[in-house]
Amino acid sequence: MMKSKADEEDFWNSSKCKPFTFDDEDDEFSKLKESKQTVKNIRPLVDEDEDEDDVEKISWSGEPVGSISWSVRETAASSQRTEREPAFPKINTDTPAISRSLSGYSLSALFKGGTAQSDSSVRLYAPELRKPKSEYKDIVSDWSPEHTVQRMQQGKVVHLEKFRSLQDKLLLLDFAVSAHDGNVITAVLIYLKRTLSKEVLFRELESRQTALRHFIHYLTETRDQRLLLELLRSRTSPLLQYKEHLSIADENKRRDFLKSCLSLPFSPEDSAHVQDHYTLLERQIIIEATDRHAERGGKVEIFQKFPRRASILNMPLITTLYYCCFYHYHESEGTYSSPLNIRQTFRISDKQYFVTALAARAKLKAWSDVDALFTSRNWLGFTRKKSPLSFQRVVDILHRNSAPTQVLQEYVGLVDDSDLRISLAQKHKCHDIVINTYRDLKDRQLLLGYLSKVERGSAEAGKINQLLSNQQIRWRN
Amino acid sequence: MAHSARRDSPELPDFSMLKRLVKDQLIYLLEQLPGKKDLFIEADLMSPLDRIANVSILKQHEVDKLYKVEYKPVMSTSEQLCFLIRPRIQTVKWICDVVNADKTAGKCRRYKLIFTPQKFYACEAVLEEEGIFGDVSTDEWTFNLLPLDEDILSLELPEFFQDYFLAGDQRWVRTAGTALHLLHSLYGPFSKVYGIGRCSKMVYELWREQVEEGEQKAHQAEIGKVFLIDRDVDFVTPLCSQVVYEGLVDDIFRIKCGGYQSSSWRGCVEFGPDVTSSDKSVKVMLNSQDKVFNEIRNEHFSNVFGFLSQKARNLQTAYDKRRGMDIKQIKAFVSEELKGLKQEHRQLSLHIGASESIMKKKTKQDFQELLKTEHSLLEGFEIRECISFIEEHMNRQVSMIESLRLLCLLSITENGLLPKDYRSLKAQYLQSYGVDHLFTFVSLRQLGLLVEQQPGDTLTVMESKVGKLVNDKTAGKLTDAFSSLAKKSNFRALSRKLSLVPKSDEEYDLRVPRDMAYIFSGAYIPLSCKLIEQVLERDSWTGLEEVTRLLNGHEFAAAGSSGADLSEKNDAQRIILVMFLGGCTFSEISALRFLGRERGYRFIVVTTAITNSSRLLEALLDNHV
Repeated sequence: MMKSKADEEDFWNSSKCKPFTFDDEDDEFSKLKESKQTVKNIRPLVDEDEDEDDVEKISWSGEPVGSISWSVRETAASSQRTEREPAFPKINTDTPAISRSLSGYSLSALFKGGTAQSDSSVRLYAPELRKPKSEYKDIVSDWSPEHTVQRMQQGKVVHLEKFRSLQDKLLLLDFAVSAHDGNVITAVLIYLKRTLSKEVLFRELESRQTALRHFIHYLTETRDQRLLLELLRSRTSPLLQYKEHLSIADENKRRDFLKSCLSLPFSPEDSAHVQDHYTLLERQIIIEATDRHAERGGKVEIFQKFPRRASILNMPLITTLYYCCFYHYHESEGTYSSPLNIRQTFRISDKQYFVTALAARAKLKAWSDVDALFTSRNWLGFTRKKSPLSFQRVVDILHRNSAPTQVLQEYVGLVDDSDLRISLAQKHKCHDIVINTYRDLKDRQLLLGYLSKVERGSAEAGKINQLLSNQQIRWRN
Repeated sequence: MAHSARRDSPELPDFSMLKRLVKDQLIYLLEQLPGKKDLFIEADLMSPLDRIANVSILKQHEVDKLYKVEYKPVMSTSEQLCFLIRPRIQTVKWICDVVNADKTAGKCRRYKLIFTPQKFYACEAVLEEEGIFGDVSTDEWTFNLLPLDEDILSLELPEFFQDYFLAGDQRWVRTAGTALHLLHSLYGPFSKVYGIGRCSKMVYELWREQVEEGEQKAHQAEIGKVFLIDRDVDFVTPLCSQVVYEGLVDDIFRIKCGGYQSSSWRGCVEFGPDVTSSDKSVKVMLNSQDKVFNEIRNEHFSNVFGFLSQKARNLQTAYDKRRGMDIKQIKAFVSEELKGLKQEHRQLSLHIGASESIMKKKTKQDFQELLKTEHSLLEGFEIRECISFIEEHMNRQVSMIESLRLLCLLSITENGLLPKDYRSLKAQYLQSYGVDHLFTFVSLRQLGLLVEQQPGDTLTVMESKVGKLVNDKTAGKLTDAFSSLAKKSNFRALSRKLSLVPKSDEEYDLRVPRDMAYIFSGAYIPLSCKLIEQVLERDSWTGLEEVTRLLNGHEFAAAGSSGADLSEKNDAQRIILVMFLGGCTFSEISALRFLGRERGYRFIVVTTAITNSSRLLEALLDNHV
């Protein structure tokens, strides 16, 4: 962080980052275009003797005909068709299929009998894979917690009801935890949940973090919201309760629910966020009602020219600000939908406000509003252009909103760094800026070079020629 | 690249046996329900299943119709319903509804639930509660390893990450142990196992148990060493933008399989019309079978253009050879070369299209500036500028995931944010993307991805004292209680210790990579891969004590099975299996392939799922508290 400015530029220009850029119009990129052309030109050669798509089916479609995903889609399509037909039970006429399974092809025969065709090497290495666990049947008398956990891990039958005393239950749980098997831990917890009062269970879980987290996840998965809230009472529960709002579709009910959340014991920081959420939704409901009405009335020009694409309800704050800068920019600060009012209510920073307003006004091509955003007066009454955002970024935003060259030119000219200014000017074809910068640098060669980039006979070309023939300038080269 | 001085990398074991095993087991399970039946398949199992079996195999075993599990009433008229599902409570509840609806309607059918990779007690408890235990039969299909490529095996469990690291649920730990055991019994015995992270240690112990229970089989080992690593040991690497071709493709063309947005890479990519330069999308299997892809997958994106244009020229020449041939020669050309050329042509035009589309997308979003910010974060340089870049990113409401990614990268590399910055950045994030993201921030803090700096380092001191004072068993419990504190990233110190960030004044030629940093344009060596390199070099953790302390410990190294052949001459000793618990990225795989070429190793990557920054963060968006 202590590096000097020179170091910094050095860094950005260092060879490490340089050999390749993702900027367009790069040599590499044109090379790619060339290759594309080459390959494209080959195409007719190939097509003339193309024996249809058979190769394509095998190697190029990730979903060849006969694949499972393909077939599922077929079922979906056909079931829509058959829905309308009377649902007679189908008579099975598929005898070939049955006879095939009897013809010694059956793989189950291979598993059970181990016929000659079976691949003995595979069977030798992994016999456990071929035998479903349900086939193991044995009688055991050792019911120690350790052994029980072991059997559970192997998917064997166990008798948990033998564990009746609290001490036995907890021992069982602790063994499950030390076996690292989440499946078994949850299984024991399900048993404990059934056989212990929740007060006792919760108390014991407090000192058993791993088990506790499994229990929380289990309750989350089974959507046992009630028990979950009780368990987490002292933890993150205000947030959990607040989360409920996501399941409320009606905006008025949602707003009321959010209001009821305001009294929950959030951290001071989160409490401010939830308060903002409530205020925002309340406001969105008012704006939405008014604007929908105005749009239907057909009297307000802006809604006619730029019909709203979606409702503003439940949108983030910045989106709402953008919306208001778009439709309600010049409203007085007293209204709910005034951008200035929103800015103040939600303590929006200069930069946030500026970026959003700039994008919205540029989208509308309201260049005078854009201009006004930058203009500030100093104490002597002079106006000058100021921006909380780098002018490079400003140019970028304007360019994305297809600002004309005259508008871009003004802001490109405000970029401090001369190299950056030139590259931006070249990119956006602000010829004047390029020419003037080269003139100021007294760089005759660069200016000469630029002559080939502007249209012959244009005003820019004239200007360059005039400068080049100007005897007053003392060129450096 | 010159490899002449190095030993040749040994051959990889053949993993097609894994596919055959699970296919046979599936057939066996289907035959347990004889007669015609309709099969319902869980959406995220469809495409893994496609790689194992196809419809004709299912039909041969009397599967009549196939349906996707969609949580809707079933239309099937079949007498027998079979469900191929993940052990999820939601799915089991839906099946209970189906069965109970049939009961009410007086319909009599047979039902079979096949859980994969295993069933959970919690699911059976649902069957019991809903009163259908006994009305349905259940079974397990031990499909826990899918070969995605010759050197990548996936457990296809993207939820492993949320379940273990966020919820603290260890349900998949045993699954991982079982997968390791399967590899051990087929391709082992392993001679040495290293690992780092709590989950790794548990997986190791569960594997060990299974080895001891089972009988030893003496055969020639095909895999020598194993390295287990938890995803939370290194969060920086998966959060960086990928610039190696395969990683870029994964970042940009979000993989869709079977018509739904998949949360994990299943090895195939859908290229849209912009890539195929026609009006239809193409789904493509990207693996070593695609020769063009195989040559560029590990390359830095800047090298890809040159390669593709060279290829295009060669192809042109090969086609041009035809001119002036007589009939006999043309006949030979058609029978010997044409097919290969046509395939290459198809692959080439696709990858050129993909590269072009990548360029377009990346130039549109100021990728260059984004990379600069990432690189300065990694270097710990001009942090204020980075913060203001991130602020602008959020203020302009550019991608919500990108903003989050940069915030996390900032927090991890800076060892947490200053309270003032944390509050202001969080507020701006909520204002731009919605207050609902309060939950996202809770999750991020829990994982240690986005945290406030603690006042002073007093807590870590206390923690280490406690760790020294008490014996192991109680220490386990205490560290659990301190788990939120234990997740200090210490990235800066680690980066210095392991020289992860090469000096910026040195030139880095991406065409001739000198170390694994090439996968991030020479700006950063992935921590995960660097650890693996260091441990393999030393054959132990000795000398890395300071590093493991900074990583919060939990490292281990143990001898494998007694029957293992340890001699260095044995090729298997240079085949190393790396298991990522919680996912790994293609960039990491590329880095390991590079390391393998440099040192004469071959790496096999086993991962719970292929991940990238978007998948990692999206997993946290809808998972709260």
